[in-house]
Amino acid sequence: MTTYLIRRLFWLIPVIITVSAVTFIIMRSAPGGPWDTDAERRQVDAATAKSLAAYYGLDKPMWRQFYAYVIGDTNSQTKEYVCGMICGNLGPSYRQRGRTVQDILFAAPEGKTFWQSRFGYSIRLGVMALAMAVFIGIPIGIIAALKQNTIADYAALFIATSGISVPSFVLAIFLIIIFASRLHWVDIVVDDWTQIKYWFMPMIVLGFGTLAFTARLTRSAMLEVMRQDYVRTARAKGLAERAVVFIHMLKNALIPVITILGPALAGLVTGSFIIETMFSFPGMGRAYVQAIGQRDYSMIMGTTLVYALLVAVANLSVDIIYVFIDPRIRLEE
Amino acid sequence: MTTAQPISAHKIVELNDVFRPSKSLGQEAWSRLIRNKASVFGMIIIGFFIFLAAFASVISPMDPLKLHGGKKFLPPPFDAGITNIKSEPEFLLGTDSLGRDVLSRTIYGARVSMVVGFLPTAIILLMGTTIGMLAGYVGGRVDNLLMRLTDVIYAFPDLLFFIIVMVSLRDTFIGQLMNGLILLFAALAIVNWVGVARLVRGQVLSLKQKEFVEAARCIGVKDSRIMFRHILPNSLGPLIVSAAFTIPGLIITEAILGYLGVGLRPSTDSTDFFITSWGALMLDGQTAINSQPYMLLTPAVCVALVVLAFTFLGDGLRDALDPRMRGTQ
Repeated sequence: MTTYLIRRLFWLIPVIITVSAVTFIIMRSAPGGPWDTDAERRQVDAATAKSLAAYYGLDKPMWRQFYAYVIGDTNSQTKEYVCGMICGNLGPSYRQRGRTVQDILFAAPEGKTFWQSRFGYSIRLGVMALAMAVFIGIPIGIIAALKQNTIADYAALFIATSGISVPSFVLAIFLIIIFASRLHWVDIVVDDWTQIKYWFMPMIVLGFGTLAFTARLTRSAMLEVMRQDYVRTARAKGLAERAVVFIHMLKNALIPVITILGPALAGLVTGSFIIETMFSFPGMGRAYVQAIGQRDYSMIMGTTLVYALLVAVANLSVDIIYVFIDPRIRLEE
Repeated sequence: MTTAQPISAHKIVELNDVFRPSKSLGQEAWSRLIRNKASVFGMIIIGFFIFLAAFASVISPMDPLKLHGGKKFLPPPFDAGITNIKSEPEFLLGTDSLGRDVLSRTIYGARVSMVVGFLPTAIILLMGTTIGMLAGYVGGRVDNLLMRLTDVIYAFPDLLFFIIVMVSLRDTFIGQLMNGLILLFAALAIVNWVGVARLVRGQVLSLKQKEFVEAARCIGVKDSRIMFRHILPNSLGPLIVSAAFTIPGLIITEAILGYLGVGLRPSTDSTDFFITSWGALMLDGQTAINSQPYMLLTPAVCVALVVLAFTFLGDGLRDALDPRMRGTQ
């Protein structure tokens, strides 16, 4: 088990290096340098651009730049060794001068906790959306399975199908127009995200697809479990229906649901950038979209890496959770 | 959706009716498909949007590029909205920020979504099937290489890859072709063929052991013929289903990229075939969510409808092509 885990953790390294290499190559093949694409600002003259490029190491060969980005390199002007991605240094932002990418993403404003940072905001929204999906989706799935082919089942299936097929940003548009623009129940532009009431709309929009997916998964898992012999045995020995459902069925039916929680959370956090932009939510996703708009290449690259790492860790969590909750599964040593 | 139902009387008769003219597998699947109301509904919607896309220039009531001076942000006649601007009856869904007809622009937007749905899917199927079949049939090194490649591509969050490609290569030569559509197709195809290749590889690996393949090999059929005449037709079912679920995914991706402003570049040249896309329309509409919400709603409803239609069709196809899968979600 431990060796397996360690091996899987080591497998993350080539994955992250490949992702960063691909991102690096694509970003660097963009025409123009970071200094001349900035049309709105004062243009940088040739000599300054040259020294800037030297300062940031952009005059070195491509492989050296990549090495500096991942491992680290000695700065040619200050003669200081600057550690790269492996120390958590994602490099300077090209647009927000003087700030590094990890600073923008993870550092909270003065006097605030980590949860007030951009990353913290996104994680909190993701966790809330996941909690909503789980606490509403699982009961819907259970009821649908227990009352199969009744109105309740069809209603649940309708929610599931529409939730899976209506993209979240379309849902966001509908909700914003109905509740914010027409009914004035909530504000369109929120500047104070410390108040919890403003979190409901983005949470619902973000979590609805996962809710639908959870309900569908629970329903089909329950339907499968219901036909098992041990459930019939439990009924035959006269257990109360409640005990049969909650102890004998649910325990097994929830295994697939629990294992997808990690990837679902990663999906919610990484997939939230459109929702964050629509609700002007101060999270990592909106920073990413802004970076796209400003062509802030180092910021785009850094955020992509953080996202990729999240997804990779989440996928790893599936295997680990499986081992813990399902004694039938033994991972090969 | 349904449990094992008791075999009704007419079904028994049908089974015994040995003189019934035999139907091919495709005909069987088709008759099962058109009995499914949801997928028929899906097909009608898809057909409708294909029709819109093909005959956009004839159907759309106005020129999608014509600027109507002084008629910006007109609300549609049936919903005056919350502004005091007076609507005009000829603009059925109002006008946009430059006084262009929203309905006409949405109709033209269908072109991009339909092409983005179908064309990359064709490329993906072609690439994925060929490579997956080779990997599964030849095995060994080729197979290993494919599997390592898929591991890497799976590790990359799809949407982020598309965004990075579209952002950085937008101003290059390839990014300019067809308002950026060619680049978009390429990015979509590069990521998505892998899933198809894995699917086909799995099919080939299991089919290759079957008796009919062994029999074909015994009578000296060539490898290429075994692959394309014996194995491929038997793995068509899952392929078609996966295509039906790939298409809506691509349409959503295009809408998201357009909404972020890195998808198709809206054109102002009336000779262009692709003028705007639903994603680009939504980006425009975002600024006028209060005064003219139909700029945002119309393309959003279209995206939702098309995606829902493809989901229904995909569910129906899965049931029709593999009756054993019926009822599983």
